[in-house]
Amino acid sequence: MPFHLYFLRRLFFVIPTLLGITALAFIIANAIPADPVVANLPQSVLNNKEVVDAFRAKWGLDRPPIEQYFTYLGNLLQGDLGTSIRSRNPVAQDLAAFFPATFELATYGIFFGIFFGVGFGVISAIWRNSIIDYVLRTFSLIGVSFPVFLLALVGLSIFYVQLGWVGGPGRLSVRLPEPPTITGWFTVDALLSGQWNIFTNAFSRIILPSLILASFVSGIIARITRSSLLNVLSLDYVRTARSKGLRERGAIWRHALPNAMIPVVTVIGLSYSNLLTGAVLTEQIFAWPGIGRYMFRASTSYDFPAIMGGSMVIAAIYVGVNFVVDILYYFLDPRIRFA
Amino acid sequence: MGFARRNPLVVFGLLVVILWIVLALLAPIIAPYDPQKQDVMLSLEPPSPAYPFGNDELGRDMLSRVLYGGRSTIPAGLVVVLIGSLIGTLVGAIAGYLGGLWDEIMMRLTELVMAFPTIILALAITAALGPSIRTAIIALVIVWWPSYARVVRSLVLEAKSQDYVEAMRAVGATGPYILFRTILPNCISPAIILATLDIGTAILTFAGLSFLGLGPEPSSPEWGRMVSSGVNLFDQWWTWLFPGLGIAILVLAFNFIGDGLRDLLDPRLRNR
Repeated sequence: MPFHLYFLRRLFFVIPTLLGITALAFIIANAIPADPVVANLPQSVLNNKEVVDAFRAKWGLDRPPIEQYFTYLGNLLQGDLGTSIRSRNPVAQDLAAFFPATFELATYGIFFGIFFGVGFGVISAIWRNSIIDYVLRTFSLIGVSFPVFLLALVGLSIFYVQLGWVGGPGRLSVRLPEPPTITGWFTVDALLSGQWNIFTNAFSRIILPSLILASFVSGIIARITRSSLLNVLSLDYVRTARSKGLRERGAIWRHALPNAMIPVVTVIGLSYSNLLTGAVLTEQIFAWPGIGRYMFRASTSYDFPAIMGGSMVIAAIYVGVNFVVDILYYFLDPRIRFA
Repeated sequence: MGFARRNPLVVFGLLVVILWIVLALLAPIIAPYDPQKQDVMLSLEPPSPAYPFGNDELGRDMLSRVLYGGRSTIPAGLVVVLIGSLIGTLVGAIAGYLGGLWDEIMMRLTELVMAFPTIILALAITAALGPSIRTAIIALVIVWWPSYARVVRSLVLEAKSQDYVEAMRAVGATGPYILFRTILPNCISPAIILATLDIGTAILTFAGLSFLGLGPEPSSPEWGRMVSSGVNLFDQWWTWLFPGLGIAILVLAFNFIGDGLRDLLDPRLRNR
């Protein structure tokens, strides 16, 4: 199948999913029995019918749900996600402000996750059933078994409180000014503008949360890498490669690994989209001003538009990353190209 | 005893899970103190012979609270996986068996729920229903069933064309009978393995929701909840470490069992 056909086909499948997500987000937001009026207006004006009615009319709460949904869809097509009841900003603006923090954290997290995950997985597969294999597999199992909040607290109390090797919660010390916004990533922006002290501070704060995110992700990646590589190593074509006199390293790196990576790429894509869509627990513990924290606050304050807009964008990111993974398949899996 | 020697981790995992369940069941008998009894004089006391796990900020005995903690977390994880796998199996089986438009609709719905990140969906649902153990479980069940639906559907699709199904049809068996009495029993074991692998994750996610304050009420002795009240108490490590380890060791044990089961049932991996 030529690339552009494959690309269009995959893209076409994304549309119904996105539409469905808007419907699902709308149903959930509407299922909230808690009255957003009570949640968002001060106690003193709740008896004032005029104020309450004005509030309902302003947020469209007085119209039937179906009408609300189609109004919402119409606005969405124009890039309008609604206005957050809590922050009083357009939801799109809020999300744009919170996303870079999550983007930076998730990317560091997935980088460490791939580094340790693929590394451990390959080592485990090459020296299968050796001591090092058991040690690394136990590590991966611990990574997927320990609650993030426990790892975060242990990490903070050892490396921040006791040893002082890393910075505390938050993206940057409150005593430092934010670097000028170029990419929205504090570490990159600080480097680009040559502010070395801001870079070191931001880096010292992102390293621990991203490693904690990576511990879970690398556990999953290591397990899938190991089993996938073991599977491929037993296939005929790798035996052929060996029998034509290729050394073990050549057989693994040139022949086995590229094919073994196909399921690994799927898992990496899934993990990255999970991280990008807000690691709520990690962001909460590290006071990280990202999407996860934003959504957490929105849902605890019954902020309808923020919950809906946020879920929409998050699910869209999720669908988008998986779309990219599908596209990557085209290059990794020759069966798609020549089908 | 051959099984135990060949699969030490499975046996170890099983023993830990059984131990944890027994401790939770016997908590009212073996806990040295009332888990809710406050004593300001003992606030944040470090571990001592009288209070081996120390005391929390309200002076409650940590050991007793950790013992009681399993009483909500363990059943919550089990219930989520049990109901989730039942719903998923049912949806997947019906979709796979009926095929056509029904299959299309049910599977699109499944993908939709899967496209929503678990914890965000659970957050939204918990926000909708108000925080409690029950709503945390409902929220998790809603995000839990799709993976089972997909697995069971593909198995049913495969089984549908087998000779024994054809034979049942030839002797005049009706659709539901064929599906539930003939096809499903042959497809159920992968769903059971998936469920075993899943209990640990369900417990982790429940504890996570609870940590965020979206599960049991603040004062209740639940592991995730207890850890969250210890956040920022870095010097009083006993307030969060013990309940956290309660979860971690239990989930690790479930993962040992799940891993071992998978290796055992996947002959390709057995001799490697």
